[in-house]
Amino acid sequence: MAGSNPNAKPMNLTLNVWRQPNRQAQGKIVEYHVKDISPDMSFLEMLDVLNEDLLRGGQDPVAFDHDCREGICGSCDLFINGRSHGPEKGTTTCQLHMRKFSDGDTITIEPWRASSFPVNKDLSVDRSAFDRIIQAGGYVSVNTGGAPDGNEIPIPKEISDRAFEAATCIGCGACVAACKNASAMLFVSAKVSQLALLPQGHVERKTRVENMVAQMDKEGFGACTNIGSCAAECPVGISLENIAILNREFLAAKATSNNLA
Amino acid sequence: MSWITKTLTSSIGRKIIMSATGLFLCTFLVVHLVGNLQLFKHDQGAAFNTYSHFMGTNPIIRTIEWGLVLGFGFHIFEAFALTRRNKAARGTQGYVSNHSEQNSEWTSRNMGILGSIILIFLIVHLYNFFWRARFAGDLPRMGGADPLTSDYDNLYLAVVSSFHIWWYVLLYVAAQISLGYHLWHGFRSGFQTLGLNHRKYTPLIKYVGYGFAVLVSAGFASMPLYFFLFTDAQGEMAANAPAFLHTVASAF
Repeated sequence: MAGSNPNAKPMNLTLNVWRQPNRQAQGKIVEYHVKDISPDMSFLEMLDVLNEDLLRGGQDPVAFDHDCREGICGSCDLFINGRSHGPEKGTTTCQLHMRKFSDGDTITIEPWRASSFPVNKDLSVDRSAFDRIIQAGGYVSVNTGGAPDGNEIPIPKEISDRAFEAATCIGCGACVAACKNASAMLFVSAKVSQLALLPQGHVERKTRVENMVAQMDKEGFGACTNIGSCAAECPVGISLENIAILNREFLAAKATSNNLA
Repeated sequence: MSWITKTLTSSIGRKIIMSATGLFLCTFLVVHLVGNLQLFKHDQGAAFNTYSHFMGTNPIIRTIEWGLVLGFGFHIFEAFALTRRNKAARGTQGYVSNHSEQNSEWTSRNMGILGSIILIFLIVHLYNFFWRARFAGDLPRMGGADPLTSDYDNLYLAVVSSFHIWWYVLLYVAAQISLGYHLWHGFRSGFQTLGLNHRKYTPLIKYVGYGFAVLVSAGFASMPLYFFLFTDAQGEMAANAPAFLHTVASAF
């Protein structure tokens, strides 16, 4: 089953997978062996093969998060061989292909680790902390009326490009997983700067950054020490410049908003 | 809590205190280094002792000194507060396999360890020079013919004799290497935390920071090394010192 590439040879791999029955239980690494893995498979398809083997053997399959399998949804959150989404730059786990590994390799697969991301089961983690941060202010709630005509709101292309780059964040949590401090600032800064750059977001920019940072702290994420692992591991390339924008927005909001709380 | 304390105890607030005090301490390093370069002057410590007497007695300097105490105090306090918070955020179950060396610099990940080495050095350093000059009063006097300076503390001699103790020199050099790495990350990090990130200036800040880290740490480390390797117990340059040192010394 070598797939579409005629030169691709099937691989046999050893997998060290984190198994944990539920949130309270103590987890551990369990070794598995998978055979005849096509280099054309995605990493998740390789895990599908493992789970089919486990099911056939009457064992509990490995729980892992996944949805679109095309790098958009941000669901597939695996810490592979000590890196968020594996060793490849700019990819999610579902975009990582087995051709990046070699026959006989041992691959260690762990869930995202952070106090704010508790493990549900095996490799599946609860990232609802991110949802609550977005609920705290990551939106535009003013009534904007009907769709305006094109170019009615003047936005320079450079600004719209930068806002769009920030908007590409898929909320996967690779930044938190890679960060020594389990800081969520790259994630929060992407949303804050996306909306702060655009006129629609200006109306609520002060309350937004105050509320999102307050929620981020309440969820127990760490504080950024500008290490840069987050940006290096981000599958969509959100840059550290956004964290500087977040700090600026926060300081300006705290200094000038009418919020005394 | 008022909005001010809430702001300053938030994750970003603490980082802003960290960077503001850190950059302030960078300015202190420059003043301290430039002043201490007078140790190299070939005058049996006259210039250095006059300078240290001024620094210890001038009312304006003594007032600014409190700013320095607060700068160090807040920088160290926030470091502990942030480390505690960040360790709690990381959680108890660590990664079995974590290759952070592939996505970040060693210095950036170990600012706490580097800072702790500098803190230990700071305590020893303050005890040995600052405490003795300001409070203990056990330093020898300068003496000499000039009635204005003869009663000054001979801090120069205390420096020279300390820098002839091998473990002391070793501690100083180790601390300066730590300081260099600390500044390598800290300088640019301070600007980033204050939100001063711009595609025109950030690359410049980065390289200025690297230069600053190397110059400051090498400058401070050169003092104990010079006295240990090339001078006698009075601070006089040994005859076997390299020729270029004699040239540099006479240029002073």
